[in-house]
Amino acid sequence: MVPKPSGYEDALTGVFAALADPTRRAILVQLKAGDATVAELAAPFSMSQPAVSKHLKVLEQAGLISRSQRATARLSHLEAAPLRTAVGWLMDYRAYWTESFDRLDDLLDDLKEDS
Amino acid sequence: VKIIAEPGVPQVVIVRTFKAPKALLFRAYTEPDLVKRWLGPAGLELVVNQLDPRHGGRWRWTHYDSDGKGYAFHGLYHGEPTPDRIVQTYEFDEAPGTVYLNLITFDEADGVTTLTQNTVFFAVEDRDLYVDGGMERGVVASMQQLDDLVTALAKEAHP
Repeated sequence: MVPKPSGYEDALTGVFAALADPTRRAILVQLKAGDATVAELAAPFSMSQPAVSKHLKVLEQAGLISRSQRATARLSHLEAAPLRTAVGWLMDYRAYWTESFDRLDDLLDDLKEDS
Repeated sequence: VKIIAEPGVPQVVIVRTFKAPKALLFRAYTEPDLVKRWLGPAGLELVVNQLDPRHGGRWRWTHYDSDGKGYAFHGLYHGEPTPDRIVQTYEFDEAPGTVYLNLITFDEADGVTTLTQNTVFFAVEDRDLYVDGGMERGVVASMQQLDDLVTALAKEAHP
């Protein structure tokens, strides 16, 4: 169960704080290939499983992963939605205005023909 | 389009020229059925919920993505909007209290109109939430790995 963030900005702050760490980004990349256990996620790093668990907790709190119990192992699952939101608001500003103004050019041409 | 986002200053200035008189630009900014034809990123559909271009008049519009999720913005016009200048406040529905102020001017010469959009935020952090200036030269700038990751994931999330 992902905790409900208290607000949109808090949620974004959590996402970026979580993404600021290279190990956590590497874990997300690994999870793109599919759900994985703590042991599987710890394997590529020279890191203990408790250390990896700490990173997973941060990712879970940011809503970037969810975790479920399967038999004796705990599986981590990548959640893409918060990333999409973060991408949307960080990266799309230039695209927003570039694309809008390109369409405004076309609209103005139409309006000129009408008048 | 020229986008100026100086580090440490909670402001963005966008400058763009159009081969059209400012009267037409003013129409494109203030008539709901025209606004919806150009405003917003490709792939998002704009619904103009309200647009009342007069002093104290309210505006509200919503961008819908392909999953049907809406991103609504709203605010007020301050001063009578004219083909020379429009002053309006902006607030994203999901970030109430984080208001930004927009001054849009239209400057026409020889049939070419220069549009300048000057946006002021409370804080640099607020600006960086909206502007890719943060992506280009801020904390996130060096994170090529993050860039690649989120781009790939965003593509996957948008089949």
